[in-house]
Amino acid sequence: MKTNNHRKSWIALLIALSMLIVLTLLDNWSGTPAMLLTVLRKGSIYALVVVSMNLLNGFTGLFSLGQAGFMLLGAYTYAVLTVPVEDQSAVYQRYATGGVGFSITETLSGAMGQFGLLIGVIFCLLLAGLVAGVFAWLIGLPVLKLKSDYLAIATLGFAEIIRAVVMYEKLGPVTNGSNLLYGFTNFSDFHIGGLKLDTVMPFIFSGLCILVVVLLINSTYGRVFKAIRDDEIAAEAMGINLAKHKRMSFIISSFFAGISGALLAMYQASVQANTFKASMTYEILLIVVIGGIGSISGSAIASFLFVGCSEWFLRFLDNDTKLKNFNAKLIFAIVFGLVVVGLAALIFRKTRKMERMEKLWRQIPVGLLCLGLVAWDIWFVISPNLKLPLLRSGFRMVVFSVVIMIVVLFFREGIMGDRELWDMKRRRPAANAKAGEPK
Amino acid sequence: MFAKILPYLLAGISVGGQYALIAIGYTMVYGILRLINFAHGDIFTVAGFIMVYAAASLPLTVSVPLVIILTVILGVMVEKVAYKPLRTAPRMSVMISAIGMSYLLQNLMWYLTGGLAKQYPTLPWVSNTVTVLGCTTKRVTLITPFLTVLLVVVLVLLIQKTRIGMAMRAASRDFETAQLMGIKINNVISFTFVVGSFLAAVGSMLYFSNYATVSPTVGAMPGLKAFVAAVFGGIGSIPGAVIGGFVIGICESLIKGAGLTTFSDAFTFALLIVILAVKPTGLFGENLTEKV
Amino acid sequence: MSKNILKVENATMQFGGVVAVDNLNLEINEGEIVSLIGPNGAGKTTAFNVITGVYAPTNGCVWFDEQKIIENHPQGKMKKLYKGQHAGEYTHVTAPTPDVVTKLGMARTFQNIRLWKSQTVFDNVLIAKHLRRTSNLLTATFRLNRKEEEAQRADVERLLDIVGLSEAKGELATSLPYGKQRRLEIARALATEPKLLLLDEPAAGMNPQETNELTEFIGQIRSKLGLTVFLIEHHMDLVMDISDRIYVLDFGKLIAHGTPAEIQSDQRVIDAYLGVAEDA
Repeated sequence: MKTNNHRKSWIALLIALSMLIVLTLLDNWSGTPAMLLTVLRKGSIYALVVVSMNLLNGFTGLFSLGQAGFMLLGAYTYAVLTVPVEDQSAVYQRYATGGVGFSITETLSGAMGQFGLLIGVIFCLLLAGLVAGVFAWLIGLPVLKLKSDYLAIATLGFAEIIRAVVMYEKLGPVTNGSNLLYGFTNFSDFHIGGLKLDTVMPFIFSGLCILVVVLLINSTYGRVFKAIRDDEIAAEAMGINLAKHKRMSFIISSFFAGISGALLAMYQASVQANTFKASMTYEILLIVVIGGIGSISGSAIASFLFVGCSEWFLRFLDNDTKLKNFNAKLIFAIVFGLVVVGLAALIFRKTRKMERMEKLWRQIPVGLLCLGLVAWDIWFVISPNLKLPLLRSGFRMVVFSVVIMIVVLFFREGIMGDRELWDMKRRRPAANAKAGEPK
Repeated sequence: MFAKILPYLLAGISVGGQYALIAIGYTMVYGILRLINFAHGDIFTVAGFIMVYAAASLPLTVSVPLVIILTVILGVMVEKVAYKPLRTAPRMSVMISAIGMSYLLQNLMWYLTGGLAKQYPTLPWVSNTVTVLGCTTKRVTLITPFLTVLLVVVLVLLIQKTRIGMAMRAASRDFETAQLMGIKINNVISFTFVVGSFLAAVGSMLYFSNYATVSPTVGAMPGLKAFVAAVFGGIGSIPGAVIGGFVIGICESLIKGAGLTTFSDAFTFALLIVILAVKPTGLFGENLTEKV
Repeated sequence: MSKNILKVENATMQFGGVVAVDNLNLEINEGEIVSLIGPNGAGKTTAFNVITGVYAPTNGCVWFDEQKIIENHPQGKMKKLYKGQHAGEYTHVTAPTPDVVTKLGMARTFQNIRLWKSQTVFDNVLIAKHLRRTSNLLTATFRLNRKEEEAQRADVERLLDIVGLSEAKGELATSLPYGKQRRLEIARALATEPKLLLLDEPAAGMNPQETNELTEFIGQIRSKLGLTVFLIEHHMDLVMDISDRIYVLDFGKLIAHGTPAEIQSDQRVIDAYLGVAEDA
């Protein structure tokens, strides 16, 4: 068993390394679509924050909505500490004595070049996580005693407070008030010779953090978190200190949210408090749901999917699109029809499982909707019109939220349920055993 | 001194009344379904937009009732689509569904309106300015508290005296038992959403008359604050929600008056955290303990 | 052999105006099997909850292993409402949470089974060993606690063997049949390395054969593992078979206590279970 585990770790390492090499090559090859790089970078950062939220909501069963606030703390900690000294007067132009007067990454890279830069960034990232973690510790004392929905609203409120404090004029010399912070060390500052590392670096940072979370979840503490989620009264009766372990989960989750906030700042090369709103937390939560509550690999997959759709594949929904000719229209119509019919079939299968046959009339709304869409599809093919209707700014988000509602209502377990990619095989027998058990 | 404070106090009472009207929707739904209806704030915004479009082509005598009717229909539809199918699901799923619904409504509004803030129609008489005790204000500021109290009295009578009110009280006390006793729980829930949305529609008319513009995300903040008001008063309690609404509205307005506008939102949430830490059941909330 | 392991002293538990447990006094010696019986609603589970720290008693105290672990007196509104005896006798407040009590060496099962439903049989038991760990967050995450982990896993295997669930260890806890779930709960409680095991209706919902097996098994817990057992049970055969002593509760009050033979012939007990003629 031990050698087996060893072999697995080696294989995982090999896969990781080859992935990094591929990423570096993609980054430096001029033929790579720019969108792909964007998706890879942003997706990897989102993966971390989604995983951190899943740790809390999915694994510990604490419904918290404070993720954006902790990201904000991380992003600002990082940004404030790494704006180069000579840029500080420009960045903080509205404040006479703006800026902290030093830049950790600048000092270190000045002394030790790229290596120093790396050390500096790692140090600041950890600091970003720590600041978020310390705030989580402070807020956790009163808040974690609350039951599910109260906890949600209290953490949401906390995130709003943080945002207000950061934007407070009096703190302007440090946080730059409600203005943009920019110029700090970001991914494009890393390179080996002429080799760009813009895409590899977020992957490495975020990947290492996710690895730590995975290790944690598979350790005794991870099991305890899951026990608290399943039944906290039983957990307490079995000698598990609820307050301590809940706080632990909350702090760890916030720590990684802080780091991901800093990474997001690095990716964007600028940061502004106003972007870390409650809607950001909602978005992250919805990605958790799509990936599967309680699945790390699901969260990662869903993050890339979400970022990919919102930045790339579904962008066309936001623009007026006129199809080139009839063939293009036919292809579009067929794809659209298949998606609609396929989705409806999936929903039928799903609800059939959940409900008894006599409640079949409940399928009628979905059925009618499906028929309507197909009818429109056919009409669209016949009509001479080549312009796709409805497409204009904002439609992408509507499609998005509809998809999310479909997931929430009909596919509650998301892409992965609570399983992981790497133990799909191992967990199957258990799941089958459950299904085979007569009720 | 008083003359300085008075305008802020008036504004606070007025906005407090509007919060109170939204808060009742939260507190009633929570009382029965144990669900934070995150979409409630967005229903409030939709009501604002309907008014903008309705008033553009219809006379006010038609558009005001139209707004109320459409908002009520929307509220009930949200319940039927997003909450009813999940009645037996874990609470977290329902809450996620509520958040998803809020996200959907916001995006839909963005798409349909182009994302720009729209001018809210001026309601004659209500939007006129008047002078009270030497301070100038819109008439709506003065009407709001009275209208709020009037509506609440009607609502409390409704809950205390009518059959459906009795059913609502039973359902909020014990959902399952109420169902076993032959109460048509779906009707009760629908009715709750009807009342909640109706009050949200009225609240939105008052609120937007005061603030003049509507944009897709504008309802999120008053929505959350109204929820805090509901928690402050003890969730499930209607008088609690009203008092909470007024307290938050007045405090917030006074903080703005003190020149700390950035913190007016933060204050509300700080209040929430303090309340939850000191008395999690709020002012008039009841203690519920889990059986081991 | 006669060392006192659990002593409940004048414990009263009052919810609002309702007295659920009224001035309960009981003692359990090391190595004994003691039962707590009584009609439905007599306050048995409440007594368990007081002993294990789920509720702080309104008044009274609990000694465990000759240490006072729980003590309380009426406070706040309860001062006026309190109907029990011995008011003013206790002045300290010691109200540990259940996890602290469990760490001291007391473990329980639940009347309505409370297993961790998404976990396997093996993990259910392994998680209960968490409280005996010496590793911290960092050593556990980075796998620097191999020895301990392996020792605990071996221990879990042994426990599953004792309760006869070795073959089902990879299955989900909730996929087990009822009787086995109860056994798993016992294994989980044993994993916390208790001195005193509290079983809340361990035979509820079991068929006669399973009940017999359980009776034998509880005897083994004492003989093999050297534990003291305190149980609530409705199956009189089981209770009379294995108990050294029995306490009887009715309407929160202790109405009788003694050996099985004494209890069987006690008129008050018979009345409590069958109802007194004039009551009807």
